Amino acid sequence: MSAANQYDRSKVVTIVNSVIAKMADSTDANQEAVIKELRGVLDVIQAFRQDIAGLRPQDLTAKHVPGATDELDAVVTATKQATDTIMSSCEVMEKAAAGKADPLAQTVSDEVTKIYEACSFQDVTGQRIKKVVGVLGEIQSKVEHLLEIVGHNDDTVSQDTRTGDARLLNGPQMPANAMSQEDIDKLLASFD
Amino acid sequence: MAVDKTMNVLVVDDYATMRRIIRNLLNQIGFPNIDEASDGSAALKMFGEKKYGMIVSDWNMEPMSGMDLLKGIRGSASENKSVPFIMVTAESKTENIIAAKQAGVNNYIVKPFNAETLKAKITAVLGAL
Repeated sequence: MSAANQYDRSKVVTIVNSVIAKMADSTDANQEAVIKELRGVLDVIQAFRQDIAGLRPQDLTAKHVPGATDELDAVVTATKQATDTIMSSCEVMEKAAAGKADPLAQTVSDEVTKIYEACSFQDVTGQRIKKVVGVLGEIQSKVEHLLEIVGHNDDTVSQDTRTGDARLLNGPQMPANAMSQEDIDKLLASFD
Repeated sequence: MAVDKTMNVLVVDDYATMRRIIRNLLNQIGFPNIDEASDGSAALKMFGEKKYGMIVSDWNMEPMSGMDLLKGIRGSASENKSVPFIMVTAESKTENIIAAKQAGVNNYIVKPFNAETLKAKITAVLGAL
């Protein structure tokens, strides 16, 4: 039996209602207090369910975590591209200075070595980001499991309610969604 | 005896940029003959086909890690199974270093590193450059 089945919220409600019904048939005055307490349990369960729904946890699993993962992937891609460009420029400078016996050539060679060393950040930061992406995936999986356990099956994602400037400020776009300068120029020209 | 810098060196790392950095630093130190592999299995295949004088490998790679590459080489029937092997990795826990040493690594460099460290470790493994 899965945890979700074991703790199914509607099943608990059914059981509590069943107990209340049986107790209601009884004439024992003390049982009235038990019924009241059971109704209290029902209220707590209903309130818990409403609290969960109010938090809109599906936003976390369907929007925020996947969005954050995509942003981190974009960081890795962009830093790799920048590092490759830096490396290529260094290689050109190194070749230009190779075999020359003047102090400037030696300075270029020494400084290029320092740039190579610094570029190794891309590997280490990439590994750190990969770890964070893994943690985000784990959080998403655990939240989904918790939602399954409490019977939360609303998968509608909340809409962006921001207005004005706040709605327009979203930071860098993902490469797949971003407009190129050429597209922007065409759009601007279309107003002329 | 002076180190023969014309030896073949195999650089193994899943990050192309890191391979490029190590290749360039090795070039600067004076090693011109460098091959590259993107994981342990590709490197092991290359090891079987060519004689290498030194291997500089990352640890955390898929499908075959640098540790499995090291074990594969040391456990092989190759005449060159004792090839100098330097691990260059971001893994810096004591247990990692002990495990690598037990598997037969010759030296261990933690990323990020500089040219001076790379040269010092190569000197420690091969002798004065």
